[in-house]
Amino acid sequence: MELSPDFFASAYLIATLFFIYGLKGLSSPKTALRGNTSAMVGMALAVLVTLIHPEVRNYTWVFAGLGAGALVGTGLALKISMTAMPQLVAALHSFVGLSAVLVAVGTFLEHQAAGVLNSVAIVELAVGSVIGAITFTGSLVAFGKLQEILKSNPLIFKGQHLLNLFLGLSMIGLSIHFILTNDFSSLLMITGIALLLGFLLVLPIGGADMPVVVSMLNSYSGWAASATGFILNNQLLITTGALVGSSGAILSYIMCKAMNRSILSVIFGGVGGDAAAGESASAKAAQKGVKSASVEDAAFLLENASKVIIIPGYGLAVAQAQHAVKELYEVLTEKGVEVKFAIHPVAGRMPGHMNVLLAESDIPYDCVFEMEEVNSEFSATDVGLVIGANDVVNPAAKSDKTSPLYGMPILDVYKSKQIFVSKRSMKAGYSGVDNALFYYPNCSLIFGDAKSTCESLVAAIREA
Amino acid sequence: MSPTLIAIYVFVLSCFVGYHVIWGVTPALHTPLMAVTNAISAIVVVGAILVAGSGGDVSWGPWVQVIGFFAVFLASINIFGGFVVTNRMLAMFKKKK
Repeated sequence: MELSPDFFASAYLIATLFFIYGLKGLSSPKTALRGNTSAMVGMALAVLVTLIHPEVRNYTWVFAGLGAGALVGTGLALKISMTAMPQLVAALHSFVGLSAVLVAVGTFLEHQAAGVLNSVAIVELAVGSVIGAITFTGSLVAFGKLQEILKSNPLIFKGQHLLNLFLGLSMIGLSIHFILTNDFSSLLMITGIALLLGFLLVLPIGGADMPVVVSMLNSYSGWAASATGFILNNQLLITTGALVGSSGAILSYIMCKAMNRSILSVIFGGVGGDAAAGESASAKAAQKGVKSASVEDAAFLLENASKVIIIPGYGLAVAQAQHAVKELYEVLTEKGVEVKFAIHPVAGRMPGHMNVLLAESDIPYDCVFEMEEVNSEFSATDVGLVIGANDVVNPAAKSDKTSPLYGMPILDVYKSKQIFVSKRSMKAGYSGVDNALFYYPNCSLIFGDAKSTCESLVAAIREA
Repeated sequence: MSPTLIAIYVFVLSCFVGYHVIWGVTPALHTPLMAVTNAISAIVVVGAILVAGSGGDVSWGPWVQVIGFFAVFLASINIFGGFVVTNRMLAMFKKKK
């Protein structure tokens, strides 16, 4: 029995619809799980239909790959802790990138042998391989930075942009050579340069910009899939890749906007994490006399407040403090205090990172709010408790035109009657910028690890 | 219309669909969104299967199959890893009350 191309095209269309419906499900936590299931069905359909494609004549390698991938993937996904989610996502992006490169190379060899290469196909192969390669090494660097194998400081050296430009131009030159000669070695060289470019493009990007980078690589992995679709003339890959690509692009846009930075300034590298700046900031802080509060003082004010807003940041993830925060939420709620959580779009190392951590510790999502929803409420708040967040509450972003953060939208916690900031040390935030909030008369710092601070707050409130 | 133009047509329209669907996603679910789009972008597995399943009868044949195997393997890690981890996260959002 020979199945017609229309059969495959129709099945792939149905799979696409499942994907779109799946993404639509994520518009609310209530329908999200169903959405994920729908996407899974789409994927299962796509894979099963492809398995009966007449071009697939040999199943050994296919099943070996699918099986091994299933084991590794499921194992990873079940073991990973929620705080390490950004690393996992970065690692997964790199796999898609490499897979796209391999498909391009494999397809080239196959088509060359079959003598069906034309100049359009050659261009598509080059583009597909390049996007895949940049996604691959770019994500590896992002993974390294998030996992702290690599320094998260921006790595900038002289002539970096010139080198990138030179690499980019030689890649175009080689592509023209590739189109003219259909030579396998030029495809490999183009891919090699793209791999190098991926490294060089992400290395200069600092830790604070990680949410943008992760979103951008998410987008690239989508475009890589789309490009593969062009190579194979497969509409399913083109559509699905475009969905993912635009998703990542929108997330990058949201992240950039939340930091008041242009995507170009992020890509060309930069802000902070500079050790020297951090040092001088802490020295200055000591001179200026920042107030510190004991846990007991904070506990007293917290339990007697009528409204408390908690602002979590990356420090909460580092300290794995989400469960301790949940306990704090519980004791305060029991005492009749209204507790809300305020989340800045770039809190954490990837979009929505804090929401996942709070959900993991079982904090109901209807008391977790986005910046725009909650910012007007700070002036009626008794206690603002900042846990492991820094730059996103820095009022210098509003008032100090010389601050690198100037113009970035922040959570207006400085308007609360009393502010407590749980902090490990006086070191500056990821941007390396001193936090003006600490010098406010209504702000006190509680030094210590976020988790132990929360635990002692809970104990102090229980005793009272 | 040439096949390439049809492909571009489909691509552009899909970008618009993506644009509108994604703006509807609640910011609280941006991490799961990323994980699930990750799983979905592993749709390159379709291409990978075609490479790995090629007959292996051409001169580079066995190499093509090995390349295909790795492509399928990596994409498959993504499919399973992405969907399972999304499921884990979303279950956390659901279990309240």
